[in-house]
Amino acid sequence: MEIIKVDHLSKSFGTLEVIKDISFSVHEGEVLAIIGPSGSGKSTLLRSVTHLEEVSGGTIEVAGERMVTDGAYAGPETLRSICLKVGLVFQNFNLFPHFSVLRNIAEAQVCVLGRSRAEAEERARALLGKMGLSDKAEAYPCELSGGQQQRVSIARALALDPEVLFFDEPTSALDPELTGEILKVIRSLAAEKMTMVIVTHEMAFARDVADRVIFMDGGVIIEEGKADEVINNPRNDRTKSFLKRFSE
Amino acid sequence: MYAVRRGVFVQKMLEAMLQGSLVSIEVFVLTLLFSLPLALPIALGRMSRSRLVSGAVNVYLLVMRGTPLILQLIFVYFAPYYLFHVSYDRFVAVIVAFVINYAAYFAEIYRGGIESIPSGQYEAAKVLGFTRSQTFFRIVLPQVIKRILPSTANEVITLVKDTALAQTIGVAELFRVAQNASARQFSTLPIFVAGLFYFVMNWVVSAAFSRAERKLSYYR
Repeated sequence: MEIIKVDHLSKSFGTLEVIKDISFSVHEGEVLAIIGPSGSGKSTLLRSVTHLEEVSGGTIEVAGERMVTDGAYAGPETLRSICLKVGLVFQNFNLFPHFSVLRNIAEAQVCVLGRSRAEAEERARALLGKMGLSDKAEAYPCELSGGQQQRVSIARALALDPEVLFFDEPTSALDPELTGEILKVIRSLAAEKMTMVIVTHEMAFARDVADRVIFMDGGVIIEEGKADEVINNPRNDRTKSFLKRFSE
Repeated sequence: MYAVRRGVFVQKMLEAMLQGSLVSIEVFVLTLLFSLPLALPIALGRMSRSRLVSGAVNVYLLVMRGTPLILQLIFVYFAPYYLFHVSYDRFVAVIVAFVINYAAYFAEIYRGGIESIPSGQYEAAKVLGFTRSQTFFRIVLPQVIKRILPSTANEVITLVKDTALAQTIGVAELFRVAQNASARQFSTLPIFVAGLFYFVMNWVVSAAFSRAERKLSYYR
C-alpha cells in the first residue's frame, strides 16, 4: 500500500521554481532516502509533503487521503487528519525549551490526541527507554547534547504514532560521534518496519538503511532506484559526479 | 512646646503622604491590571496581515509614543468636556490615559518578544498537530514572557515614577501632597521624603522582577 503518493508536484518561491514536476511514492514499511546537493529542493519537497510549505501545483496523497489535488488544498479537517498521520524530525531538533524532556514528548499526546496525562507520560517514558534516555525524563533540552536532543525529538514524533516519519537532515547539526547515535536509532526503526522518508547527506547510511534512494538536483528527480544501485552504480552523469566526491 | 508642635506637624505630613502614596499605588496597580492584558491584542493587531488593522494600530502606537503622557492626560480629561459637554471623574481619566499609553509600550515589547521566537517552534507545533491557540498559549507565550521580563521591568519602573503626572488633572497623588506640604512648611524635606517613597516602591518592583527572572532561569 502506498502511504505517500506525489504527482506532478511543483513549488515556486516567487519566480524561482524550486520543485519542478516531481512524482514519487512511498510504500508502507519502506525507507526512502532523498539525496542531492544543497539547494536541490529536497528539503522543500519534504516540507511540502508535511504541509510546512504550500505547493504551487500537483497532487499529494497521504495514507489514502488527498492533501492537495492539482494545487488545490483539502479542507481544514482533512488537513488535520493528515497532519496526525505524519511525523517530522527537524535538522535542529526544535524541542520546546520551556518543557522538560518528558513534557516535550507528552504534551502533544495530551493536547492533540486527548490522552490522559498519566497515559501520555507512560508512553513518553517507554519511548525514552527505547532511545536510551530513561534518566533524562526530568531534564530540560538545554541540558542535553545535540544527539540526545535529536533522540528526544524522534521520541516526540513517535509518541503520536504516525504512519510515516520524515527526517529533514537529522544529523546535519551533529558531529560524527553524535551522528552515529541518531543513525542507530533510525536503523532500529527501519528494522521495525517504520515507514520513513529521510533527507540526508550521509551516503553510506542511505545505502545501508534505505530501500530506495532518490537523487535530486535543480528541483527535479535525476535518478531513482534501489539504494545500493543508485549509490554504488549510478547511471546518470550528474549522480556520478555528485557521488564521486563522497566515495573519495 | 515648639518641639511638640513640630512633632505633630511631621506626623501629619507623613500621614498625608502615606495617603498620597496610596493613590499613587492605586494608579500603578490599576494601570498594570488593564494595560498588561490589553497590550496583547494590540501587539497581535500590529502583526496582523490585514493592512487596515496593522495600519490603524500603528497610528495609535505613533500617537501614544510620540506625544507626552502629560498632554494625553489633559486630552483624555478635558476633550469630552469641550466636545460633548460631559465631565467625569478625574481619577478615572488618569487610569484611562495611563492604560492606553502604557498598553502601547507593552504592546511593542510583546511584539519584539513574539517575533524573537524562532519559526522552528511554530513549525514543530504545527507538525505535532497543536492548534494555533494551543501553539500560542502553550508554546510561544511562556517563552515570550521569559524574554520580555527585563524590558517590561524597565517600563514598570518608569510607571511608578510617572504616577506623579496624575496631579496634572488634579488627582492628589504622592508628589502633589509632598509639594503642598513643602510649600506649607517652607521646606524641601517632604519632597525628598517622597523621593524615598518612590525609591522603596521601585526597589520592591525590581526585587519582584529579579525573582521572576530567577524562577524562569531553569531553561535557556
